[in-house]
Amino acid sequence: MTVPVSIAINGRRYEREVEPRLLLVHFIRDVLGLTGTKVGCDTSQCGSCTVLLDGAAAKSCTCLAVQADGSAIMTIEGLAGDDGGLHPLQESFWNKHGLQCGFCTPGMILAAHEILRTNPDPTDEEIRHGLEGNFCRCTGYQNIVRAVRAAVGEEKS
Amino acid sequence: MSTAMFGSGIRRREDPRLITGAASYTDDLVLPGMLYAAMLRSPHAHARINAIDVSRAKSARGVAAVYTSADTEGALQPTPCAWLLPDSDLKIAEYPCLAKGTVRYVGEIVAVVVAESRYQAYDALELIDVDYDPLPAVINLEHAGGPDAPRIHAEIEGNQAFHWTVTGGDVDAAFAGADAIVKERILQQRLIPTAMETRSAVAHYIKASGELTLWNTTQNPHIVRFLCSLVTGVPEDRLRVIAPEVGGGFGSKIAVYPADFVTVFCAMKLGTPVKWTETRSENYQATTHGRNHVQDVEMAATKDGKITGIRATVRAGMGAYLSTAAPGIPTILHGLMLSGVYDIPAIREDVYGLYTNETPVEAYRGAGRPEATFMLERLVDMLADKLGMDPAEVRRNNFIPKFDDGHDVVTGLTYDSGDYEQALDKLLRHADYAGLRAEQEEARQQGRYLGIGLSTYVEICGLGPSQVAGAIGFQGGLWESAIIRFHPSGKAHVFIGSSPHGQGEETTFAQIVAAELGVSPDDVKVVHGDTDNTPMGWGTYGSRTTAVGGAALALTARKIREKCKVIAAHLIEAAVEDMEYEDGNFFVKGSPDNGKTIQDIALMANVSWNMPEGIESGLEASTFYDPPNFVFPYGAHLALVEVDAETGQVEIKRYIALDDCGPQINPMIVEGQIHGGVVQGIGQALWEEAVYDEDGQLLSGSMLDYAIPRADKLPDIEVLSTVTPSPHHPLGVKGIGEAGTIASTAAVYNAVMDALKPFNARAVNMPFTPERVWRAIQEGKGN
Repeated sequence: MTVPVSIAINGRRYEREVEPRLLLVHFIRDVLGLTGTKVGCDTSQCGSCTVLLDGAAAKSCTCLAVQADGSAIMTIEGLAGDDGGLHPLQESFWNKHGLQCGFCTPGMILAAHEILRTNPDPTDEEIRHGLEGNFCRCTGYQNIVRAVRAAVGEEKS
Repeated sequence: MSTAMFGSGIRRREDPRLITGAASYTDDLVLPGMLYAAMLRSPHAHARINAIDVSRAKSARGVAAVYTSADTEGALQPTPCAWLLPDSDLKIAEYPCLAKGTVRYVGEIVAVVVAESRYQAYDALELIDVDYDPLPAVINLEHAGGPDAPRIHAEIEGNQAFHWTVTGGDVDAAFAGADAIVKERILQQRLIPTAMETRSAVAHYIKASGELTLWNTTQNPHIVRFLCSLVTGVPEDRLRVIAPEVGGGFGSKIAVYPADFVTVFCAMKLGTPVKWTETRSENYQATTHGRNHVQDVEMAATKDGKITGIRATVRAGMGAYLSTAAPGIPTILHGLMLSGVYDIPAIREDVYGLYTNETPVEAYRGAGRPEATFMLERLVDMLADKLGMDPAEVRRNNFIPKFDDGHDVVTGLTYDSGDYEQALDKLLRHADYAGLRAEQEEARQQGRYLGIGLSTYVEICGLGPSQVAGAIGFQGGLWESAIIRFHPSGKAHVFIGSSPHGQGEETTFAQIVAAELGVSPDDVKVVHGDTDNTPMGWGTYGSRTTAVGGAALALTARKIREKCKVIAAHLIEAAVEDMEYEDGNFFVKGSPDNGKTIQDIALMANVSWNMPEGIESGLEASTFYDPPNFVFPYGAHLALVEVDAETGQVEIKRYIALDDCGPQINPMIVEGQIHGGVVQGIGQALWEEAVYDEDGQLLSGSMLDYAIPRADKLPDIEVLSTVTPSPHHPLGVKGIGEAGTIASTAAVYNAVMDALKPFNARAVNMPFTPERVWRAIQEGKGN
């Protein structure tokens, strides 16, 4: 059995027939081929699959594609400007060495986006708290915190 | 652009593709007609397989094939162990790619389903019926070798994989004459590496030509090609292994794995590309684990706190089979580092490698050296306590004095260079050690429990001379090779055998070329990770990529420079011996304005219109660099913790890392390696443990249950350095990938035990969960 869904991703609308059990992250990765969004666990801990669902961060492994029907999603591929210019968070992750292997990075950047959306001038402690649902095994988080702090004030709406 | 590129914290070349989601990891790859494989894994730690019925699975929707060991008979050789530890009575149990008659750990592969989609493949796994007879499982390392322990492999007595010994000096005399002896049983718990990217393989076989391409999450694609060829029979010249973007490894992507070979088998059998990607739960069950020692260790000393000997018996859990490099980890990389930074005249260690019904153990960041450092640093603190001395003083009294060109230690190694006392002094000054001790005392008066922990370490890395590799049974070389190729426009490619997977060497390597040849690092593209496009290399582990691969690259750049000199001399019509080089310009001494740039020369060499006699066209060179010795980075770390006596909660208030990895090519990247390494070591001290129940079920089998460090639990790490070049290395550099992990577990452990001193708490096994700390406090109070 399949059901129709209509989901806008990075400004483009996709209409597909999907199984009701299909996870949103698999819809994004396997059906649409947008592989910037990652799968790092199977228990909703790691946050590698974080996307913006109608503007707010969500773990796309914890959501079915059918639940996102009619929604607008932004993945890491949609974060840079139309002119190809990097988003301030992408710039600051690059400048502050906020990534190593890069696997957690798309989710981490979108989680950071959520922190700044809900708290435009967070303390380090608030940044660390905001990142607790996103795991990184390479950086020890310190440069990720620096990167988020560096993006404060430069964040686009 | 100039030699200033060496030592510059420039942004990484690899980042733009990673921060935009454009990078391609193995699971991101899709090939036309590709099918998906899923592995049926044993739910039992030890069981006989009576029968497997795959008929229902075969007829399930979308299923292309289901295979068991009967199907791979003759087509797949067993998964090899490639570190044949000499003089150790090594007994390697056959490790079939698909279980044959018996399963020996939870997660061992029993069957594989290939289907049109992931979901269909996993659906069909549910339809395979396996009739198991459960057998008693061997889990406890202390009993694994005992007379009553069930045998895991029929032919291997006492479940003993090997018994390895290292001795130096007269250890019995040291203990007989000791004023003070401290002893401890240390449990180095089993850890799960947890690279954020789980393992994956995509295999594509072209039957018509017999060519196989394997995309694989590996730290060493050339080793995978070599061993995959042995297992699958595909000749090395028809076998291409590609490590695309790899999302961390920490040792868990060194080994070759049954699942990868099974994926290859499926692709060869079906003639269509096959992808397999493990789930995180599978990763925890079946991708290699690390550490897992029971260490009985004692230290002898004089009453002044001079260490005179160390004696240890280590039982090292190997899991159900010997993983690729496993036998070398608790032996060569552990026992030979037993004397650490200290001048210790006598040691003896017996290491028993034991099979258990658990996931195979492999290298995990530090691999053997954290286990050695922890042993030493714990006992040094215990000795200080026993003698009523300050732990910093005991360390200082025992350091090997400063040396800059080789120092022989009791285990037979020759360290390259070090100034351990300077490192500790600088650390203590920065920390205001005396001030911290005063603060600790004051806090105790107020009922607050601060602890200060030190860890001074040296590690063996930059593995290593190939002759030594042969002597210690490593079934490969340990050299690296690099090619630099200049194009007509003066831009260059580097092709290198090393295979970084997050460490940033695309940038570091470009900086080496920039520093040696005066080009912009932006003009140098670094290619790695593809066995068809890069020269042979032995992989990225043991903090060897910059140390060994970087040396190969620097020497290659110097060959290019020499060729440039000859071409420039010809073009200027000068004698070669009159030529000078500075920042990419080749000129006659005193006339830098009339020189030829490397770009001029690259153009001339490529068009080859006017070359000196006897000089070949093109501007390209290569080097095979086999290091004359290992490199030995070292450092001193300090942790300040506070223990909440009511709850047992441990908070790290400050962490200071001083590391000496020689000259730093990119200090920003070095700092990043230290941050990540330190945090992984903290994870072992405070949170991480792979827990099996007595039946061999992995209780910490998901990220819900296995606690890797989170952002909100950590302080900022203060990073310091000293710079002691390696005398034998072309750039003087050592390694930094593992240093933080090697030092930090002991620093944090010692800090917590220091905080618990007022309670007379006995040793606590890691990790320091609040419950364990609280119990230690309660039991200590009762003493």
